Amino acid sequence: MSTAYETMIGLEVHVQLSTTTKMFCGCALAFGSPPNTLTCPVCLGLPGSLPVLNRRAIELGIRTALVLECRMHAESQFHRKNYYYPDLPKNYQISQYQYADHPPLATGGVLVFDAGGAARRVGIRRVHLEEDTGKLVHAEGRSLVDYNRSGTPLMEVVTEPDLRSTEEARLFLARLRAILQYAGVSTGRMEEGTLRCDANLSLRAPGGPHGIRTEIKNMNSLRSVERALRFEEARQREALGRGDAVVQETRHWDEDRGVTFTSREKEEAQDYRYFPEPDLVPLRVDAPWIERVRADLPELPEARRRRYVEAFGLPDHDAGLVTATRPMAEFFEETVRLFPQPKTVSNWLVGDLAAYLNASGMEIEEVPVTPAGLAELLRLVEDGTVSGRSAKEVLEEMLRSGRSAGEVVRERGLVQISDAAELAALVDAAIAENPGPVGDVRAGKDKAVAFLVGQVMKKTRGRANPEMVNRLLRDRIGAG
Amino acid sequence: MPAALADRSAWELRAQYRSGETSPTEVLRAVLKRAAAVESQLHAYLFLDREAALREAVRWDALAGRPDAPALAGVPVALKDNLCTRGWPTTAGSRILDGFRPPYDATVVTRLRQAGAIILGKTNCDEFAMGSSTENSAFGPTRNPWDLDRVPGGSSGGSAAAVAAGEAALALGSDTGGSIREPAAFCGVVGLKPTYGRVSRYGLIAFASSLDQIGPIARDVRDAALLLQVIAGRDPADSTSADVAVPPYTERLSGSIQGLRVGIVREFFAEGIEPAVAAAVRAALDVLRGLGATCEDVSLPHAPYALPAYYLIAPAEASSNLARYAGVQYGHRAAAGDLYTLYARTRREGFGAEVKRRIMLGTYALSAGYYDAFYLRAQRVRTLVRKDFEDAFARFDVLVGPVTPTPAFRLGEKVDDPIQMYLSDIYTVPVNLAGVPGVSVPCGFVRGLPVGLQIIGRPFEEGVILNAAYAFEQATAFHTARPAIAAGSGGTAAGGRA
Repeated sequence: MSTAYETMIGLEVHVQLSTTTKMFCGCALAFGSPPNTLTCPVCLGLPGSLPVLNRRAIELGIRTALVLECRMHAESQFHRKNYYYPDLPKNYQISQYQYADHPPLATGGVLVFDAGGAARRVGIRRVHLEEDTGKLVHAEGRSLVDYNRSGTPLMEVVTEPDLRSTEEARLFLARLRAILQYAGVSTGRMEEGTLRCDANLSLRAPGGPHGIRTEIKNMNSLRSVERALRFEEARQREALGRGDAVVQETRHWDEDRGVTFTSREKEEAQDYRYFPEPDLVPLRVDAPWIERVRADLPELPEARRRRYVEAFGLPDHDAGLVTATRPMAEFFEETVRLFPQPKTVSNWLVGDLAAYLNASGMEIEEVPVTPAGLAELLRLVEDGTVSGRSAKEVLEEMLRSGRSAGEVVRERGLVQISDAAELAALVDAAIAENPGPVGDVRAGKDKAVAFLVGQVMKKTRGRANPEMVNRLLRDRIGAG
Repeated sequence: MPAALADRSAWELRAQYRSGETSPTEVLRAVLKRAAAVESQLHAYLFLDREAALREAVRWDALAGRPDAPALAGVPVALKDNLCTRGWPTTAGSRILDGFRPPYDATVVTRLRQAGAIILGKTNCDEFAMGSSTENSAFGPTRNPWDLDRVPGGSSGGSAAAVAAGEAALALGSDTGGSIREPAAFCGVVGLKPTYGRVSRYGLIAFASSLDQIGPIARDVRDAALLLQVIAGRDPADSTSADVAVPPYTERLSGSIQGLRVGIVREFFAEGIEPAVAAAVRAALDVLRGLGATCEDVSLPHAPYALPAYYLIAPAEASSNLARYAGVQYGHRAAAGDLYTLYARTRREGFGAEVKRRIMLGTYALSAGYYDAFYLRAQRVRTLVRKDFEDAFARFDVLVGPVTPTPAFRLGEKVDDPIQMYLSDIYTVPVNLAGVPGVSVPCGFVRGLPVGLQIIGRPFEEGVILNAAYAFEQATAFHTARPAIAAGSGGTAAGGRA
């Protein structure tokens, strides 16, 4: 039997801050602009240029520190992280290193999240600000550099190695992302790279010392974080089981092959020669500033969940699901504005829509269905144009193709049959074809009515109005 | 006899534009003529744009005499080549920036243009401002106008030589460890290193960011004040520039120093100073006493540790500041295959020996395991040096001493002995570490070579040291002496040896 190792995971989460301009200059941030069009002497690192801190970025950092209950440092320091790479125009990155006498923006926080019904506390080691690099583009045997991204404001949130399972890591990350989205700190889209996550994972024998950890990079979705960590956990367990040592190294996650592989970086050779950035004065954050930021904090998920329970009468569990991410909550509220039946909207969101998202691994903001589109579908159900059963099919098609509910209903002939004469004919046919169940109904076996309704629904591929069919069946069988 | 046009001070020119006695174009032609006559010997400039300067001069001809003309209207000014100038070559004296033309002007350049200055070109300097003789320029040394066999000092040697020889009325230099004051002393002109944060560094090619300051070089104190007035003040583009009001420096030049408390820095007269230099400075102290100042000795006990601390902090910052010169975006790029070879070969070919030496020193000082012993310890020394100055300024209004231990040395004399070269800055470096202002003003001659008096002030009290220098200047004639090369070429020279 293998040793019951304890898994220890710590995360380093890089978040792109939702500012309109870069960290140290006034260049705009825009996704997908032509290469090298959003640059200036500062973000190009031209000789003589100097950085000037983006006040908004600091405030988003303070927001994060507040919601993660960190200790804010009255005076924090920026540092230079020195290394050579063509996407780094100065060949150093302005970041915040953790020197004791000049700390980063905030340290020592906590995030509490729900792990399968139990509240889990994860320590936050630090929150610091830094700048992003440019981007290398390899084309036609050449390497080109696009500096549009250079100087983009980033925030790094580093946890203590408090996570005890791969599932916890995913749940924590989802919760952190939700909070950052709610706080307006970041869009937190892993697929677009506005949220990136590296992980450290080690295994510890019961009562033993910390195991050797590996660092895992290149995980591009919540799901890949869990998959990669699960793979790495198994790999280390297997190695230890064989009596091999785990090598301290950086490993990359290969999404397609579902494995982590070593990147053969010589870690001990990398000396970043951190020292205080002399071009920036120490960052002073005083109590009044913190209080102003606190007063401006947007509604956080917990508060919104409570509001949904009180204002919309949602069950607590459903309210939790609807508020799990800010885009989901915004989707909900917008749909409710257009179709003012909160419980119905919530049912669809936590039911069919959530199921689709889970199965496809997509986020609500990535699906082609808009709140207006969902509201249209719900109105069609409400006015009897489509049956609830058909509506599920319609929604699936809407999610797949992005077409509107009306289009799908028309095209598939899913308009509900509520014409009494047409239904009567269908009911009569069903009675004629199913003498047995009809007899059962007559004998008082009410369940057989449902069977017969089902037969009609089957024939009409769900289009028949089930209430009318039910009524007609009872009338006719009773009369016959 | 009036000074030749090329040798007139900026404030004289202002008055004469107003009176119609001369015009910007006339003055510029005289300055360009002087430059044409002496440049082959001095090599003060790396780049001179005669046409652009003449266009500017013509533009100012009609305006420079008006009462509302800006401070430097029609005044020819030279820029050290580590200041970024839009569209003009900017090399910082290095091969590695060969061909680089910045797309923007440094803040000081913008302010000069707004003040009506006619910018002539870019002056020679030690590569990336690392040096004390201008011999480290990749484009050949500048020579001292007073003795062509000698160095003009450095790193702002081109600026100091140009001003001394009448190739510009004014010039900007930069001072990280003495690079304005030392060449000013060697060339017999006035050079001021402002308080750290007084002048925006935006557009100054960085050597050591926590020490670099841009400052004026001029033929007299009033001109230096005039130029400082134009360039000083808070700049939102430089986070380290101070939000401290800029007083009207020229108006504060009363020439009275009655009751000024002067501290004579004992450590600046220690072993190593040439006795004749010490004598010239002591004679200057007598002049100050005669003007009503009280002079007493003061000790800066940590000053002797300033130089070694400086040679850890400055190279450490430089090793990072110069990392960007790697052949990727601009400047020199070696023909090479893979990335590492590109970096290595570009830097090997592009940098000179002194720059490489300092990059290696600085890289070592910041390395894991050495950081505490070198960089951090040097920063502690810096704190102690700063504290020494604070203590001294509790008792004294200004501190004085020599600028350099010797007058200008011979070309080649110290290039192979870095420590001897570094020692040229032994009296100037502590001032940079403390971040306080210091000015060099001519105070005598030794073997026909100028000697400078250094006056050091409290933070942001440039006005006080300028006034002390002005009072000294009014009482002496050293500043009126012009080198023979100026007299022998391009018109009548003024004055004689004092």
